[in-house]
Amino acid sequence: MANTDAQPVDTSAPLAQAWRNMPDVRGHFGPYGGRFVAETLMAPLEELAQAYESARNDPAFMAALDADLADYVGRPTPVYYAQRLSRKAGGAQIWFKREDLNHTGAHKINNTIGQGLLAARMGKKRIIAETGAGQHGVASATVAARLGLECVVYMGSEDMRRQATNVYRMRLLGAEVRPVESGSKTLKDALNEALRDWVANVDDTFYIIGTVAGPHPYPAMVRDFQAVIGRESRRQMLERCDRLPDAIVACVGGGSNAIGLFHPFLDDEEVAIYGVEAGGDGVSTGRHAAPLSAGRSGVLHGNRTYIMQDENGQISATHSVSAGLDYPGVGPEHAWLKDIGRAHYVDVGDADALAAFHECTRIEGIMPALESAHAVAYAQKLAATMREDQIVLVNMSGRGDKDMASVAEAAGESL
Amino acid sequence: MTRLATRFDTLREQGRTALIPYITAGDPAPDATVGFMHALVEAGADAIEVGVPFSDPMADGPVIQGACERALAAGTSLSRVLDMVAEFRERDAQTPIVLMGYLNPIDRLGLDTFSERAAAVGVDGVLIVDMTAEEAPEVAPTLQGAGLDAVCLIAPTTGDARIERICANAGGFIYYVSFKGVTGSSSLDVSSLAEKIERIRAKSALPVAVGFGVSTPDNAADVSRVADAVVVGSALVRQIAEHGTDRSATEAALRDTLSVMRRAIDEQDNSTGEARRA
Repeated sequence: MANTDAQPVDTSAPLAQAWRNMPDVRGHFGPYGGRFVAETLMAPLEELAQAYESARNDPAFMAALDADLADYVGRPTPVYYAQRLSRKAGGAQIWFKREDLNHTGAHKINNTIGQGLLAARMGKKRIIAETGAGQHGVASATVAARLGLECVVYMGSEDMRRQATNVYRMRLLGAEVRPVESGSKTLKDALNEALRDWVANVDDTFYIIGTVAGPHPYPAMVRDFQAVIGRESRRQMLERCDRLPDAIVACVGGGSNAIGLFHPFLDDEEVAIYGVEAGGDGVSTGRHAAPLSAGRSGVLHGNRTYIMQDENGQISATHSVSAGLDYPGVGPEHAWLKDIGRAHYVDVGDADALAAFHECTRIEGIMPALESAHAVAYAQKLAATMREDQIVLVNMSGRGDKDMASVAEAAGESL
Repeated sequence: MTRLATRFDTLREQGRTALIPYITAGDPAPDATVGFMHALVEAGADAIEVGVPFSDPMADGPVIQGACERALAAGTSLSRVLDMVAEFRERDAQTPIVLMGYLNPIDRLGLDTFSERAAAVGVDGVLIVDMTAEEAPEVAPTLQGAGLDAVCLIAPTTGDARIERICANAGGFIYYVSFKGVTGSSSLDVSSLAEKIERIRAKSALPVAVGFGVSTPDNAADVSRVADAVVVGSALVRQIAEHGTDRSATEAALRDTLSVMRRAIDEQDNSTGEARRA
């Protein structure tokens, strides 16, 4: 049976849609978002926006997406009550939304399945992607393999070093991984390089952006494909607990797993929403990746949002133990949710994330991705301040197998 | 009348095509740029595009990315670029200057502050690569209010309706991106240029400059047959990269590279003129 949760247009929830009704027709979330690109990309972006609009209103496309999410990705993913972790934290129940159980090991495939089907529908022969931790690159290479499309993945050379296993996985899947040596050699530079490729090859190439950033329609489109996380969670928590969670928590780099969980809950005012940025060595040290906590409004990668930048408007270098959070910008919808106060954005540093990684692994037998470990760490802190009958739902956005080398390095060990 | 309009009027009367070199300000060091600019004028530049370095120049190829990285590492900021223009103006009050860059540094300084200061130091036009009329309708009027021309990009992918909208806001000249790609690529297709430029001329009386793919004197001559101005960037920036910190050698190389382009364009202009007279 096809998974009916895969509808990008959600009509199941109450009608007060003020917060779920963004962006406007030109891709603005309040003052954020939009389309800040060189003129060459304006026409392709408009073409993409129209193709996506047509696809999401086409029952055949949505049925194909539903079927793939069910049979290929393995949805719906379960929600899991992490009892031992909850007891350890002392306070509210901590539940996980198990996106780590998706095919390829993270939430990223929800989006690449959607954009891959759209690429095929548009007749594109080649897909390109940027990747940080490598999860989006793997998910893109996977979809390309299945659809028979050529695939090129741009990845910062520093990230290739940190995520060597994922680089090999992409190559096994038939993708070409192109190292990016410019700038800080991480995710932001990979995104620049993918945009350059797209400008030069717009006729036959579809650019699968992996997060809810970039020019319109990417932030809205990626959110729609990821919102299956929140729609399932909402229904599952009602089924299992007969109520919505009191708080939902997700890590935020660009912010795709977070917005996927948050969006269907935006109009449930009784649900508190927490996005967890990467505090790195500590926000006060400047070595972090927390633009919502310590950045300011600016324009990068085609959209206006919170950005880490210096006093001259140059983009700052970022740091996080987790490559997937190591990004100086953040999706424009998060910027807007912060400003209107609907979501709270906090930060967790490298040390606390690593501690949560080890604790979750040892007492739950679930090895979180280092990205997701940031959310687990905050959920432990938050749960400790809440009553035992309350519920915190954490997005376990990916599994930690890819992070073995980083974890060992942080512990002073080698594999 | 602005310096850009005056310069293009003069060239039009003479039947000549403008040659507009681009260099990234502050590459390899902030105190090198003004000397480079004077050298370019001596070698036949009709106007100069001064690139404002940005950490994430997503429309530029590796050559100009490298220039941005060197300039930023040497401490170049938008404020210092404005200082360079002021210093250039001490010796040259005629050559039009267009600043080309990305939105975020201007956004950070503040559009109003930037516009006032740019006009005060003698900037003539501003081209913001990642800015479109739809996103910030206030940008062109603010620049114009300060006496600056808002130079706009048109691309091969730009449809007729957008061409009209872009031309309505534009000033100085229209910058036509000669192909789909980033700066410094080498896939110039001159035959397809003519048709697109005619479509732009149908919507605007502004001169049309062509850039992004002009790397050889032959390219420059070809483009001058159909365009009002030829922009040369990466070919010059490459010279700066190759000569490192040797200023006089760099200035000589910039002069050589540009003057060969100048001659190629002038020869083409002369033969076009003779063909017309015949």
